[in-house]
Order: sequence, then structure tokens, then C-alpha cells
Amino acid sequence: MDMNAYLSMFIDESNDHLQALNDNLMRLESSPEDISIVQDIFRSAHTLKGMSATMGFEDLASLTHEMENVLDLVRNDKLKMDSFIFDTLFQGLDALESMVEDVVQGGTGKSDVTHIVNNLANIVKGDYKNSSTEPAASASTSAAGQENGGLLDQYQSSVLKQSIQSGLQVFYIKVTLTESCVLKAARSYMVFDVLENTGEVIKSEPSVEDLEQEKFDRSFTVFTISSVSPEELTSKINSISEIETVEVLPLDEESLATLSSAGTQAAAAVEAPAAPVKTEKAEVKSADEQKKPAVKAPVANRTIRVDIDRLDALMNLFSEMLIDRVRLEQLASEVKRQDLTDTVEHMARVSSDLQNIVLKLRMVPVDTVFNRFPRMIRDLAKSLDKKIDLIITGADTELDRTVIDEIGDPLVHLLRNSVDHGIETVAERVAAGKSETGTVHLRAFHSGNHVFIEVEEDGKGINAKKVLEKAISKGVVKPEDAGKLSIDEINNLIFSAGFSTADVISDISGRGVGLDVVRTKITSLGGNVTVTSVEGKGTKFSVQLPLTLSIISAMLIKLGDEKYAIPLSSIVETAIIQRSSILMVHGNPMIKFRNAVIPLISLSKLFESPSYSEEHEEEHEIIVIHKGDKWAAVVIDEFIGQSEIVLKTLGKYLTNISGVSGATILGDGQVALIVDPNALIK
Amino acid sequence: MSEELKVIVFGIANEEYGIEVDKVRTIERMMPITRVPKTPSFIKGVINLRGIVVPVMNLSGRFNLPETEVTEHTRIIVVAVNEMEVGFIVDSANDVIDIDSDIIDTPPEIVGGIQAKYLDGIAKIGEDRLLIMLNLSEVLNKSEIVQLEQLEV
Repeated sequence: MDMNAYLSMFIDESNDHLQALNDNLMRLESSPEDISIVQDIFRSAHTLKGMSATMGFEDLASLTHEMENVLDLVRNDKLKMDSFIFDTLFQGLDALESMVEDVVQGGTGKSDVTHIVNNLANIVKGDYKNSSTEPAASASTSAAGQENGGLLDQYQSSVLKQSIQSGLQVFYIKVTLTESCVLKAARSYMVFDVLENTGEVIKSEPSVEDLEQEKFDRSFTVFTISSVSPEELTSKINSISEIETVEVLPLDEESLATLSSAGTQAAAAVEAPAAPVKTEKAEVKSADEQKKPAVKAPVANRTIRVDIDRLDALMNLFSEMLIDRVRLEQLASEVKRQDLTDTVEHMARVSSDLQNIVLKLRMVPVDTVFNRFPRMIRDLAKSLDKKIDLIITGADTELDRTVIDEIGDPLVHLLRNSVDHGIETVAERVAAGKSETGTVHLRAFHSGNHVFIEVEEDGKGINAKKVLEKAISKGVVKPEDAGKLSIDEINNLIFSAGFSTADVISDISGRGVGLDVVRTKITSLGGNVTVTSVEGKGTKFSVQLPLTLSIISAMLIKLGDEKYAIPLSSIVETAIIQRSSILMVHGNPMIKFRNAVIPLISLSKLFESPSYSEEHEEEHEIIVIHKGDKWAAVVIDEFIGQSEIVLKTLGKYLTNISGVSGATILGDGQVALIVDPNALIK
Repeated sequence: MSEELKVIVFGIANEEYGIEVDKVRTIERMMPITRVPKTPSFIKGVINLRGIVVPVMNLSGRFNLPETEVTEHTRIIVVAVNEMEVGFIVDSANDVIDIDSDIIDTPPEIVGGIQAKYLDGIAKIGEDRLLIMLNLSEVLNKSEIVQLEQLEV
């Protein structure tokens, strides 16, 4: 069979399962007593094992198998989670991730994992630590648990009850294999095969998995719904070799009720294993386990996977339609026929709804980036010997996929920075009168056309004095300007190129590539990053990102015959000024604006416009733009108006043209260039 | 080792040039071009090619030849090389011919004012027809443009 067809599906799904494993292990670490999480983990691991075995990735399968063995013990209360087990499981998970990554790269997914496998095997054997008391103790409790297991939980009994009410036959079957039976698992499988051919197995004791792994003595019991008579069932099961005895007991509502109630008479009614004293506890627990997945499952199935290329194609087609829409609107306003105008208006409304949906399709919750951070922070905190809580809020905030793809690295950088430089060691924190555990908040939220992502910690804060000294020594700030800077301005100097205030270059951050890389990346996404900090209290990085990169609101302007678009997000205000109000400072034109003096930039000079010059005008149309806190006024010829434009690149041949960030196609089919305001403000 | 090549023939000034058909995406009539500031003078700007923004250059300008006037025969040949799409403004484009790769000779140092590195060779067709085959990767070489820009500054 050609496996390549399934490979991409395998990769997608295994990544999902790995992520689920990671998340759930993290959850389990914070609440180790919650067995339902172990169930989830076990399920993911089990599916992963099955998939990798099917695809022929033996190493993947065997490692998962070992992890599964450990989890199985935990699940059955035979093993208590401790930090060694967690670390080994996380190691195993890392190995799995790198194997899957290898498969993605076209490799065979092979990797040497004997060390981890040995560790896992040791855990299963219980000899990874010297005290053998605990496994023994838990073994005895599990034995007790097994004895209680012959009874039904609420869910199972209600299924059986309904079957009886609808006229089906319900049996309690006890099968005992001969003593000489070698392939116990195979025989029990054959029994199940018979039962499943004639009806449905509701519950078995021991569980099916244990039966498969021959983890039972000689007999097992089964509750089944069947369409055939008890005699027929008995003879069918008896026809399987190496079966010693079969007992088939038909159940009615009454006997079922006694089974599912506290179960005091259950033993007598169906010869079930004795002494159900602690049953109630067991029942409640297993009922919970049954219900949880039942609630979760439908949510997971309401999505489909779509190739991202198709979404991009959809986006492109839609952009073309948007251009035609603008064109139609223009034509309609020229033709001035009421019914045409109405139709075009309706189409405009429909297409703007469509635009929202198409854009939403490309939206991905930031969780897809955030989900790897808890693990990262955990590992970092461990390696740095710090205690850190990561609190994530707003992980469901959505962003365009193109932004999501790019935002991961800068955020990793900021978080590492916070953990490494921000949060103090336990000793320092205690000395400073803070709680031992530092807190890092990672927040995402919407605001207007932007998404904000904040990284805030309660660490030592930025030493503004040190930053300023460094900035002066690196030549970032002139000594004579130093006095004029506010605290925030000084703090934001850490984004300047070649800046690292860490006294010691650590393994985690401070490897020379500093926060300037973060700023560059975020600016290239059309976003912005700022920092506020109170020394001794903590630091907050705030990243501002545009919702989408493909369609933006822009102001269309004219320079003579040429049309340009300026992104609305950079525009502070539009105005008309008198030529006489222009001030000259050191030969540079400036204007007064909101109590500040800001530079006046001539777009026509900058772009060497052949058909326009403002030289001889008495009044200038200006657009005040901003880049962070800096403002500038741009002189233009004429405003055309605000419009939604579709961003296009200039192609690979024309790159890095200063002052131009891209192009768009206007309603008349002409190309208009998009002015890059960030390049205009130096 | 001879090979049949399908070649689009186009004219600049009085010379005939050839580009292999599989590198040509489309041939368009002259259309409005949006000027892009701060680019070399031979780059005329960008056009809207059915929703895609494509840069356009004047080939004569690229070879430092005097640029010819736009007439009704002027065409834009859009080529795709190394994942780049670029339009060439040429004086005319009106022929597709089959040539044998054997008849392409190595070019002399300078042909019609164009340096040899921009050329793949020269094909002699019939008695008195010469076809100059362009080396598109070299024509679209960006590092050279960067040097040009530095010269202009």
C-alpha cells in the first residue's frame, strides 16, 4: 500500500497528539491526582502508537508503547507520578517530537531512544528508586480495585437497561480457559469475536486491553447484548478450543437493577466476584471517566483540515473580486441608475460579509503559538533553578495565519528574556520580600484593528540607569541628550541594535542577538513593540500586531497623475496648512502640530514626482503619520479618500524599495503603490 | 546533440531577439504602467497583470541602448525565470519559430552594443536573418542592479 498518501495526515495527526500529550502532561504535573487526565494522555499515546505502527515507524511505536506502559500503571493506580517519571515522560515526548520532525523532513523517523526506553522500562518494573514499598502498597490497592470491578457503572447499566426495555437480550457471561491454554489473549479475542458477531460487548472484566496483554488469570467475565439465544451463545463459545467452562446468564431488569444499585446482592445474583464494599467510590470514578470523552468528542469533530494553499487561492480570488467591486461602484456612480446602484450596494454588503468570512478562515487562535510556551517556561525555570508560574490569558484570540507563523520566534525571545533577566532567583526574591515563585503573564487581546500580546513579569525590572550608561557607551544616545529622556524612553532603548544589559551572557538569552531582532521582526509584520518597567516591581513588553496582512484600510492620495495609498493605521490626522506656517530648523522644514514641532516631508521630492510639486502652492494638504511615538507630516497633492485595499507585493524582482512597502490594484485596474510610513520617519 | 527549440522572436530597434517559449508567460499590448520611485531608469514601473503586480523593464534601456518610442506594435513580454516574473517592453513581438539548438553559435564579445554575458548565443536562420538568444538569468541579475544603483548614487 502506498503510505505517502497518508503521510501528511499522519504528520498532522501526530502533531496534534503530541501537542495534546504535552498539554495534558503539563496539566497532570500541576494536579497529579487527577486520573481523568491520565486517561486523556493514555488515549493520545495509544492512538499515536497505533498510527506509527501502521505507518511502519517502528521506533516511534516502540517508544510510545513504553510510555503507554508507564501511563497504564498510573491509570490503574499502580504507580504514583513523581518528578522522575514526569521528566522521563517529557524526555520521551521530546524524542517523539524530533522523530516526527524527522518524518516531516522526509526521514525514516528512526532515532536512538534506548536510554529513555530503559528508563521507562525501569519505571514499569518499579526499580527506578530504592524504596520498593510503594509499588507493593499500590499493587494491593489495585487488587482490591479489581475485585470491585465486576459491577457496572451508571452509564453501562443504563445502556443495558434500555436494551432490555427495547426487547434485546442481555447476558452475563463468565468464560474460563483451560489451564493448559497458551494463547490466552488469542482465545479471549476469539470469544470477543463471537460475541461481537452476535451482538455488542458492554463491559468486560478484566478490561479488553488487559485481556489483549494476557493480564488475567484464567477466567474473565463479560456483559453483552445479543440477538441469539443463550444456548446458541454457549455452544458458539464452546466451539472455541481451550475453553474450559462457559456460563451464560440472561439478565432482566430486576437483576440489572440490583447490579447497578450499590450492589450488595450482585454477587449472589450473578456469581460475580465477592465482597463489593468500596464499590460506590469505584463507580463514581469510572462514570466520570466515561462521561468526559463523550462530552469532548463532538467538539473536536466539527472542523475539517484544509490545505493552506487553497485558502490562499480563495483569498487571491476574493481580492480580485474586491477590485471588481470597487470598479462596479465607480461605474454605478457614473451611470446613476437607481436599480443598478441598489444592486451594487447590495453586492458591496454581501462581499464585505464575505470578506470577513474569508479573513476569518485564515484566522488562527494564538494558542497555536502559545501552547508550546508552558513547556518551554517549565524547562527554562528548571534549568535556571527558578520558580515560575506562567499564566496565559486570551489564548483564543485570533490572528492571521501569516502573522502567527512569524510571531513565534519574537515571543520566545521575549519570554526567555523575562525568565532569564526578569525573574530573580528564589533567594533574590525572598530577599526582596517577594513570593518565591515569580509570575509571567502572557496575555493576548483584541483592540480595534489590532491584537495586543503582552509579556509581563514581576521580576526585578529594568535598571534604567544601567541602560542609559550602556546606551551612551554604545553610542546609541549622545551624552548631551541623555538628560532629556523619560524613563520609558530609556527603557525602550533596549530595543536598539547591539544592546544586551545582561552582566553574564547566559545560555538562555543574551547571545548577542538582542531585542533589536524582536523589534525588527515585529515592525516588518506591521506591528510595534514597547516596554514599560518599574524597577524592583517588574517589566511589561507589549506587542501590537495588525489583525491581518492581506487587506488593510488605507488613505488614497494623489501626487499629480500618480496615486498612492497610505495605511490608515499609521495616520494620525489629515490637515491643510498655510505655507507661511512652515518653520525652518537647521534648513529642515518643520511645522507645529499639537504643541510639538514635527518634520515636514515632501512626498513629491522623495518620490521624484514628475507631475507634481508643492513648491508654488500657498496651502498644503498634509497627512500626519506616526511611527511609535515619532510623528511627521507628509505633504501631498490631493486626498482621494479612504478605501479597503488588497496588499500585493511588487514581485521578487523589485525588493527593498525605500518608502514603498507594496502595491495594490485600484478600482480602475491601475496599480497604486503603498507608501511605507515607517521608512519616511527616520 | 541537437534539440528543437520553440522560440518567441521579438524586435528591438532593428535587431531580432529570441526567448524560449517555455519561459514566456504571456505577451500583452502596452498598458498603463505605474512608476516606482527610486529604481533604475530602465525599470518603467509595475503593471496589473490580471490581479498580479508585475514589474516592467525596457530591454533597450537594460542594455544601455537608446530607448525607442512606444508604437502600436510595442508589446510587453512577461517572462518567468528563477521564480521572478518580469515584463520586457519590446518594439514588436510577432513570431514563434522552431530552431535547432545546433545552429546557435557562441556570441562574439559585443552584439549590437550588448555585452556577451547577456546572450546565450546567436542563431542564424535562413540566409540573412540573425536571432540573438537572450540569457534571461543574467538579464534579470539583481546584484548588477544593486551595483548600478550605487553608481547612480
